[in-house]
Amino acid sequence: MSAGLAAVSSGFKGFARYLGGVMGADAYAKYLEHHRLAGHQDPPLSEREFWRDRSDRQDSNPQGRCC
Amino acid sequence: MAGTPDHRNGSSRREGAVATDPALPPAAVDEGVRETEEKKWTPGKIALWAAIALLGGVAWFMLAIIRGETVNAIWFVFASVCTYLIGYRFYSKVIERYITKPDDRRATPAEYKADGKDYVRTDRNVLFGHHFAAIAGAGPLVGPVLAAQMGYLPGTIWIIIGVVLAGAVQDYLVMFFSMRRGGRSLGQMAREELGVVGGTAALIATLLIMVIIVAILALVVVNALGESPWGVFSVGMTIPIALFMGVYLRYLRPGKVLEVSLIGFVLLMAAIIGGGIVAETSWGADIFTLDRVTIAWGIIIYGFIAAILPVWLLLAPRDYLSTFMKIGVIVMLAVAIIAVRPEINVPAFSEFASRENGPVFPGALFPFLFVTIACGALSGFHALISSGTTPKLVEKERQTRFIGYGGMLMESFVAIMALVAAISIDRGLYFAMNSPAALTGGTVETAATWVNSLGLTGVNISPDLLSQTAANVGEESIVSRTGGAPTLALGLAHIMQQFIGGTAMMAFWYHFAIMFEALFILTAVDAGTRVARFMLQDSIGNFIPKFKEHSWRPGAWLCTAIMVGAWGAVLLMGVTDPLGGINTLFPLFGIANQLLAAIALSVCLAIVAKRGTFKYLWIVALPLTFAAVVTITASYQKIFSPTPAVGYFANNAAFSKALAEGKTEFGSAKTVTAMEAVVRNTAIQGWLSVIFVVLSIIVIATAVLATVKAFRNRVAGIEVQDNEDPARPSRVFAPAGLIPTPAERQLLAEWEKVPAELRFERAGHH
Repeated sequence: MSAGLAAVSSGFKGFARYLGGVMGADAYAKYLEHHRLAGHQDPPLSEREFWRDRSDRQDSNPQGRCC
Repeated sequence: MAGTPDHRNGSSRREGAVATDPALPPAAVDEGVRETEEKKWTPGKIALWAAIALLGGVAWFMLAIIRGETVNAIWFVFASVCTYLIGYRFYSKVIERYITKPDDRRATPAEYKADGKDYVRTDRNVLFGHHFAAIAGAGPLVGPVLAAQMGYLPGTIWIIIGVVLAGAVQDYLVMFFSMRRGGRSLGQMAREELGVVGGTAALIATLLIMVIIVAILALVVVNALGESPWGVFSVGMTIPIALFMGVYLRYLRPGKVLEVSLIGFVLLMAAIIGGGIVAETSWGADIFTLDRVTIAWGIIIYGFIAAILPVWLLLAPRDYLSTFMKIGVIVMLAVAIIAVRPEINVPAFSEFASRENGPVFPGALFPFLFVTIACGALSGFHALISSGTTPKLVEKERQTRFIGYGGMLMESFVAIMALVAAISIDRGLYFAMNSPAALTGGTVETAATWVNSLGLTGVNISPDLLSQTAANVGEESIVSRTGGAPTLALGLAHIMQQFIGGTAMMAFWYHFAIMFEALFILTAVDAGTRVARFMLQDSIGNFIPKFKEHSWRPGAWLCTAIMVGAWGAVLLMGVTDPLGGINTLFPLFGIANQLLAAIALSVCLAIVAKRGTFKYLWIVALPLTFAAVVTITASYQKIFSPTPAVGYFANNAAFSKALAEGKTEFGSAKTVTAMEAVVRNTAIQGWLSVIFVVLSIIVIATAVLATVKAFRNRVAGIEVQDNEDPARPSRVFAPAGLIPTPAERQLLAEWEKVPAELRFERAGHH
């Protein structure tokens, strides 16, 4: 029973992670990973700063949505 | 074609190959190993593909040959899915092997330009969903509904065969070539490959085509919301919901995208249910029953404000909501169709398939069916998405086949489901809903009489059925609700109520469908206006440099106003058109979209030729020729046809003549003002057709010239310079498709052993 529940829970988590990925919810985590691996010396942007910067960049670089 | 001067695998293309780091495991599966793996046909594999082919064959047989009194919807699912699988496994492999020739030893832009923001390596399955959400919208939901006028078979064949040989090929090639060029846009590639003339023509055509596409999408929304207080309330509520989500993400909990989307989704459901309650009250009905001209003005004003507001406030949160709904709705539709398996009464070829006076859209099957179904079979608009955004996120070159080709197959499947939903409703209802009020007369009695007078086999509709259906979906009337969206919503409600909730839930499902279509379209309108505004700013900037500064407010506002004014004018023209609007303008939308496809395929043709692949050039030439023939024929008929219903100028002449003779009503125009409106509209539509087709012929001609020049240069042994970014060694590995092959698994296991810091050492540090 608990094994089944665990399987359902992990399946759900996997789905949520996938959906989050599709919608770009993991953008900050990816930025942090990039920042760490790229070996930058300066500290990374905070989460709030990152999302602000992201939407401000979208302002001047719009992405099309299809019909 | 033995004499083509092809450079085969291994000659010139190899100079792009790069030496990868010997300290790391290989960044690509060994050519030889992959070849043997692909060519090895185990009995299990043979049995699987034989079964897929057999099932697909049986399904096509049921749809195309048997054509009994009724046909079950499940055969549409089998016919499409089996054809997609075969197209993906075999045809896209041919394209990969002979045209794109991806090399996983080369780093993708996401690797060599990695910045953690725009250029980010993204898991292939996630990117598949991301790309699909960007290309799929209301287009594949609307076109197939209108095309159902001709019966189910022509549309089904074009959607399924068209995507395999044309639509998916275009998306895949554009994505791959853009990726090789660091994620450059279609416009930039056109200029590089076709020169100044071809590039400029492509740019102007793209801009005009975007105006038309945005206008007609907006027209679909207006037609769905006109005289519908429930629809106006619930769709109107998406604006405060999106604003709230924007503020939540910006100030309260930055980055909690899934959380805010869930909250938004719950609010959206509340708005749909609330809409039903509000529309019942007398004040609600008073406030929210708006005529179509008012709604059109509302959308124009909204479009302007949305395009100048910061992205975070309205566009980004609504985009999240729209993506969330998109995935949910499509899964729901597929599950419902498979679970309910409705019986379809529509004939394979209807009475209108052999005539050119159909009430839903005028014109003969060829070419007009092929422009009416644009998205879902071949959509030029995708080329704008496939270049630019997605290529910056691709992890490995080989994945473009899965994401580009596979993503488009998925969109085609959405179109098939929309078609099934539309044809699952009564045929009499279908024609009563989709014919303009000029023909149906607008009331249930006149509509029923008119539909029955069409003499369609098996159609005998009563006024009661029309008013009962309207009551079931919570609408005042469903007569002449053109545009496709209401029909799809009714079809979906019809299927869903058999699955969940029964008749009592029909109104909810109907408005749920209207809501998500409006959501997709408004997102496309916002984003389209913004993209077009930047294109306009850049173009004007070539003469007045100040306009290139995107943050310069007066320039941004002026360009936004010009773009909104342009599509707003076309929208108002469609809304007030005495002839109906959708039936006169939708062909223009389809032609515009297919012409953009022809432009994108022209660019691909020139690139493939410059790469020295002549033997397999037909893979690009085939869809390009088809798109060019269809759109040029359609444009030709729209411009020169003597039949007033088809030809814009013929109609123009007929109405001008009537005015000159002093008539006060003519055809479906009942007043002199309406007659003057028809004269004006047909002139504008006619000249737009002329401009589109001339620009497109220029682009196609320059591409053919570039191709011939590339061929001559090859024969003469002159090396052709390509515009790809220089090859750089890749330091990562990921499988190409959905399921990793044994060789890929083995290589993945080797990479697992490499410590993380070595794996991606300073790759993105400049």
